Amino acid sequence: MLDLGELWRYRELLGVLVRRDIQVRYKQTILGVAWVILRPLASMAIFTLIFGMLVRVPSDGYPYALFVFSALLPWTYFSSAVLLSGNSLVSSSGLIGKVSFPRLIIPVAAVAGGLVDLCISVVVLLAVLPIFGIGWTMNLLAVPFLVLGIVMAALGVGTLFSALTVAYRDFGHLAGFALQIWMYVTPVVYPASLIPERWRFLLLANPMAALVEGFRAAFLGKPFDFAAIAVSLALSAAVFAAGVAYFGKVERRFADII
Amino acid sequence: MPAIRVQNLSKEYVIGGRQRPQETFREMLADAFLSPYRRYRRLRGDASGEERFFALKDVSFDIAPGEVVGIIGRNGAGKSTLLKVLSGITEPTAGRVELTGRTSSLLEVGTGFHQDLTGRENIFLNGALLGMSQSEIREKFDEIVAFSEVEKFLDTPVKHYSSGMYVRLAFAVAAHLEPEILIVDEVLAVGDAKFQQKCLGKMEDAARSGRTVLLVSHNMTAVQSLCGRAIWLDSGSIAMDGDARAVATAYLEGNAKIALEQIWEDPDTAPGNDRIRIHRVSIGPDGEGSTGGLSVATPLRLAFEFWNRAPAAQLNLSMVLYDIQNVCIFNSFSEPRSYPEGLVRGICHIPGNLLNDSKYRVRLLIVEDTSVPLIDLDSLAYFEIRETERPGKWYGKWVGVIRPRLEWETECVRPTVK
Repeated sequence: MLDLGELWRYRELLGVLVRRDIQVRYKQTILGVAWVILRPLASMAIFTLIFGMLVRVPSDGYPYALFVFSALLPWTYFSSAVLLSGNSLVSSSGLIGKVSFPRLIIPVAAVAGGLVDLCISVVVLLAVLPIFGIGWTMNLLAVPFLVLGIVMAALGVGTLFSALTVAYRDFGHLAGFALQIWMYVTPVVYPASLIPERWRFLLLANPMAALVEGFRAAFLGKPFDFAAIAVSLALSAAVFAAGVAYFGKVERRFADII
Repeated sequence: MPAIRVQNLSKEYVIGGRQRPQETFREMLADAFLSPYRRYRRLRGDASGEERFFALKDVSFDIAPGEVVGIIGRNGAGKSTLLKVLSGITEPTAGRVELTGRTSSLLEVGTGFHQDLTGRENIFLNGALLGMSQSEIREKFDEIVAFSEVEKFLDTPVKHYSSGMYVRLAFAVAAHLEPEILIVDEVLAVGDAKFQQKCLGKMEDAARSGRTVLLVSHNMTAVQSLCGRAIWLDSGSIAMDGDARAVATAYLEGNAKIALEQIWEDPDTAPGNDRIRIHRVSIGPDGEGSTGGLSVATPLRLAFEFWNRAPAAQLNLSMVLYDIQNVCIFNSFSEPRSYPEGLVRGICHIPGNLLNDSKYRVRLLIVEDTSVPLIDLDSLAYFEIRETERPGKWYGKWVGVIRPRLEWETECVRPTVK
């Protein structure tokens, strides 16, 4: 199923593929690195205008702009990672038909590539926080664990989607649509506290919900919902296991169907 | 301990998947409510009730370390499939393969090259894909660059390279692999003549240094000179396995069953690559009124049709004719010009009373810029020229590779005076 030994032997190839994706991404845009920050900033501006000012969604007492930006960072990473890895196998069909290597590397490379962007955005956020009068707290130490959870969820969903996209070409479009809906059932533009107390447990079914709120808590200094985060981490691990298992089962047929 | 052991290998493909329109997720969901198990099985690989064919049928052979073996056979015989299974790209349907030793496969030149990256970056990328470690690539970097002759353009994105440079760089990386087992699929058929010599040289080095080499090629000359042993694959099974010269001769002889017309309907499975795919080959008499097959006097019309996906390229068709002893009769080619994207037809007219009676083999190359072959299809078609009724009493075989009817003038220049 998941042959870690084989993956380790091909770790250099994984590094090369990630490097290639990053090199290509930055070569293609005039703005280069700036684009990484501009995208979530632009979303933040629009959401702040619409949800923060016009609709007046409550933001747990924090400035709406920061409230939404700190949630957009993990969400943008998750969403792009899933979409990129979902299409990764099909875009690399040439490689799959001609070179032998553990196919899992391809969606993993796609998920890993996004981490660089995430790091850059996190640095920007850290720099901006003091300007709004919000200091850095010990909560920030939770960030690596939260990121790990998000990476697992992205890998699980991403590998599942990539395998499905090989078999059903239209799945790529459906994935984009599904992720849009997923964003709205995740507390990105609204706080979890907006959901009535007795329905809040439903959020637990969405592993990203607690992880996004947790990310927000880490940067804004809010208290963590440890129980929800624990459940989400477990759920992410389960999704990861399921995605990789499904991938492993259908991997042998890729070269034949792709 | 054999380097490569293949036992009862079979590989089955389901044809339905290609010719049916690709199933969509929505269709799958709809069907899932009707027959959930059936749809799940499609991805699992148990597709019953669809058309299937065996690309490889119960193939078995052993290759000892250090042997250089050629795999020959007609297009569609299963050669590329065999290489894919040996390379670990696709799994056998039945049987097993065992390779002992570090294996590198060259199934395509320039695998994974990314257009926006520079030559230098692509060397590291391509090398990694072929199985070289980054430190190994660094060590051999200068040699690779020297072999490819693209030093000046090393830091330019590869999309600006000419097709010749592209191929040279790609092969240069591959040429510096040092695996114990090297598997090569027809990659010798790219590049200009000087480059092909270099490639053949590298293959010879590999062979001489004791590496096990498995080579698929239609180039009978290369096979006979490089390989000690050859395996002839015909429709998925081994037709013959033995000394390279013997097998090559048998293959050429056996193949001169006449194949005057061949059509490949599906551009995705036709021989070729992503720029050119052959559609049809047709050989017959030129002009009406010729019946009874092809005789030495019959003018011939050889028509080639191909799908052109290289509309900006200057292309010419180059045809090489070989006789039954693999002697090259001639090479003739069309004027280079560019064609719009689509189906292109080229017709070559061979006048009557040129070719001798024999069986002939046709090889077609489609060349870009009169120097870089985009495709090279040997054994594309076969035809036979028969002897005709001759005046006089001589019934022997007319000698000569060609037998043109030339102008002779005879006269008595000095009669003996009586």
